[in-house]
Amino acid sequence: MDQRRADPRGALVRPYAVTRGRTEPRQDIALEAVLTASPTQVAESRFAGHDKHRIATVCEGRAQSLAEIAAYTRMPLGVARVLVADMVAESLLTLHTAAPAEGFEERMELLGRVLSGLRRL
Amino acid sequence: MDFAGYDPAGGRPGRGIVSAKIVVAGGFGVGKTTLVGAISEITPLTTEALMTAAGVGIDDPSKVPGKETTTVAMDFGRITMAQDLILYLFGTPGQTRFWFMWDEIIRGAVGAAVLVDTRRITDAFAPLDYFENRNLPYVVALNRFDGAPQYDLEEVREALAISPQVPLVMTDARHRDSVKQVLVTVVEHAMLRLQSEHGRGFPTPVG
Repeated sequence: MDQRRADPRGALVRPYAVTRGRTEPRQDIALEAVLTASPTQVAESRFAGHDKHRIATVCEGRAQSLAEIAAYTRMPLGVARVLVADMVAESLLTLHTAAPAEGFEERMELLGRVLSGLRRL
Repeated sequence: MDFAGYDPAGGRPGRGIVSAKIVVAGGFGVGKTTLVGAISEITPLTTEALMTAAGVGIDDPSKVPGKETTTVAMDFGRITMAQDLILYLFGTPGQTRFWFMWDEIIRGAVGAAVLVDTRRITDAFAPLDYFENRNLPYVVALNRFDGAPQYDLEEVREALAISPQVPLVMTDARHRDSVKQVLVTVVEHAMLRLQSEHGRGFPTPVG
């Protein structure tokens, strides 16, 4: 399971040091997928290291997308994605669904809600 | 705001907060970030994706001379529409050599707006080519710059060879109401496309 050896990019990319060289997330997370952390999750994240605690803190009390997490923590997107996917697997963050891509009815309902949301602005 | 009509659970247990995104594309300096900033509830944020030498290999390493890694910045904004619905607006990186990133940005998007500057109309060719070859609904928005030559919309449609099905609108990326109208056009167009693809014909456009 030594991904540093398995992934030739690991050696080239210093910013991935915080992920111990892993550049592939456990789970693909969309840029706009939103995450939240409860106060309990934030407290537990203290034991998961500085970077994960920062991420949990960003998501406390306000849903944040993967893109926002990367921006607020000033981490490159790929690094944030690996850490966020780990945290979801470790139950330190709750992943909410991004826009459902499949299913006509669901998609139309979502578009309809976005449209009325825009009109209300 | 009134969300009384919404049932957040919608009969689908486990559905939490839903997010959607609209992509704002166009050449460098065409006003993408201005447009996002005009309507976003947060000052547009920037996130950087790291492109490695290995990653570049997938695209074209010769286009990034003498660099093992480089960063690609994209700007984005946010509109919280309801407790359980957030719309994100993502600007594409301007330089065409970063197109491999666009594929990730557009994945799952509602649709896109391609911004065009009438002073540099040829800058729009590349983004338009890109979207023509994707299945993403898009609209073209002419960003009105002060002192820029004024063209008739149909002249621009002809010059850019934009197909008649693609909506073409005029905008001022600095003004919220104007930007809102562009986004409304994107979503309406996406709904029509989805309906026609679904074989249900073209019902009366919403609103």
